[in-house]
Amino acid sequence: MTLLRVDDMTHWFGGLQAVSGYNVAIEPGQIRGLIGPNGAGKTTVFNLITGRYRPTEGHIFLDGQEITGLPPHKIASMGLGRTFQNLRLWRHMTVLEHVKMARYSKITYGLAGAFFGTARRNREEDDIETRARELLELVGAVDWADHIVTNLPYGMQRRVELARALAIQPKILFLDEPTAGMNPEELVQMMEIVRLVHEQLGLAIFLIEHRMKVVMDLCEVIQTLVFGQVIAEGTPDEIRNDPRVIEAYLGKEVMA
Amino acid sequence: MAFFMQQVVNALQRGSFYALIALGYSMVYGVLMLFNFAHGDVFMVGAYIGFFVSSGLLALSAVGFLSLPTGVTLALVLVLTLIISMLLNSVVGMLVERIGYRPLRGAPRASAAITGLMIGIILETSNLALLGAQRRSFPDLIPGETIHVLGVNITPKKIVIVAVSLLLMFGLHLFVRRTKWGMAMRAMAYDYVVVPLMGVSINTIALLTFGLGSALAAAAGILYGVAYPVLDPYMGVLFGWKAFVAAIVGGRGSVLGAGLAGFLLGFIEIFVAAFLPSTMRDLIAFSIILVILTFRPHGFFGEPYSAQLRL
Repeated sequence: MTLLRVDDMTHWFGGLQAVSGYNVAIEPGQIRGLIGPNGAGKTTVFNLITGRYRPTEGHIFLDGQEITGLPPHKIASMGLGRTFQNLRLWRHMTVLEHVKMARYSKITYGLAGAFFGTARRNREEDDIETRARELLELVGAVDWADHIVTNLPYGMQRRVELARALAIQPKILFLDEPTAGMNPEELVQMMEIVRLVHEQLGLAIFLIEHRMKVVMDLCEVIQTLVFGQVIAEGTPDEIRNDPRVIEAYLGKEVMA
Repeated sequence: MAFFMQQVVNALQRGSFYALIALGYSMVYGVLMLFNFAHGDVFMVGAYIGFFVSSGLLALSAVGFLSLPTGVTLALVLVLTLIISMLLNSVVGMLVERIGYRPLRGAPRASAAITGLMIGIILETSNLALLGAQRRSFPDLIPGETIHVLGVNITPKKIVIVAVSLLLMFGLHLFVRRTKWGMAMRAMAYDYVVVPLMGVSINTIALLTFGLGSALAAAAGILYGVAYPVLDPYMGVLFGWKAFVAAIVGGRGSVLGAGLAGFLLGFIEIFVAAFLPSTMRDLIAFSIILVILTFRPHGFFGEPYSAQLRL
């Protein structure tokens, strides 16, 4: 069964149609890419599906359930994780706390447990911490677990963001330019991590990328978005050779 | 020396009120990036709730509902008054958030400030309309002889007030540091956009923050009533502004800063009044604050252009 399905989603910002008639169907375990020039509306598509904005028209289904217009925290807890193009970390909180925070809804101990350090609280905390460290291990950031997040190198901060998104145990993960601002070495590492995460956790991934190499290497199916409209959808090879895509990226004259 | 120590004791008591109220300002700012200008009046409402709860409990014990030794009864009444009033006032705070601020989320900052001022006026005037202009005298819940220690006069009131305040502040510290709600509050202070993605509702955390701040304000109101047993509908105005100033001096969003600056303001006020004519107290105290802010515009623990909740 399709894991994520978007039917005819359209969104207006005032008089500007940011996304028009957008459709997508993502199968469990699939890696899918969304590319397009700057301002094409890629991040808007993410914001619409994750519930930050409510689409003007259209329907969104996650795992068979309609999520159109639900508040972001509900959608997240139904199994949609996400990272951001520009890092959104909590300065002054440790790496471990970031990942623990993602387990918030799973914490069952209350005030008394927290204040008096009951056995149940300790057991739960231990459990959460073990899982958090496992995830940090997976993304290769476990050595930084107890550091304040702002003290980490940039590439490491992005891994923390990824681990935090994974900690909610998503069925599908939205990555908004996970390699933005990375140097070539960090980029290769990040791609390896995404591949590893995909293999180990078997989740579906929806990826926005600017760098062709990354999308082409990782994704099974790629959509190209231009001015809020999907102009092409297909395998990396099909996309690479699609004249409409080349035009959108390079301009018409080059084609002539 | 004894005179000096006496002032320290007085300052600790006065600082307790400011600190408890300032915490509410600072927490809300840290989490929602807005100052709840109705907070001083929420403190007033808390004091009134405390007045009615304690009077009610005392009336119950007077008709023989509880037959315990007077001291025990009073202690029990104090504890119950604190608990019940803090709970009730946290509901008041949550209503203020739900009705006054939630519809304005995403609106310009000035709208929230104006709303806060209006809610404050509504609370003051509805108190006046419902309860009349006469002042209420808070029952004396902590009687007892003054103790003389090395020439310093200490009343049981002062000990209890400072102790309860410190206890509540420590409780808040534990809450922010150790509970999942506290963790969410801290996360919201740094970047609220991601918080829903963790499956946490921003509205829930906002309500909780207002509830906590208002509960502390109720405690401040009750302790204030115990120390200065005269309540009037406008008691929260000047007191609230002073606590607000303390929150700024402590650093917007800093819980530790708000607590410390509350005590600092208490010390400045008491010591100015101890050595200079008391009519000059506020003038000089706030001049000192002005000088501090000139050199530390973001307060002791504040960061430029950003909110934070730190303990």
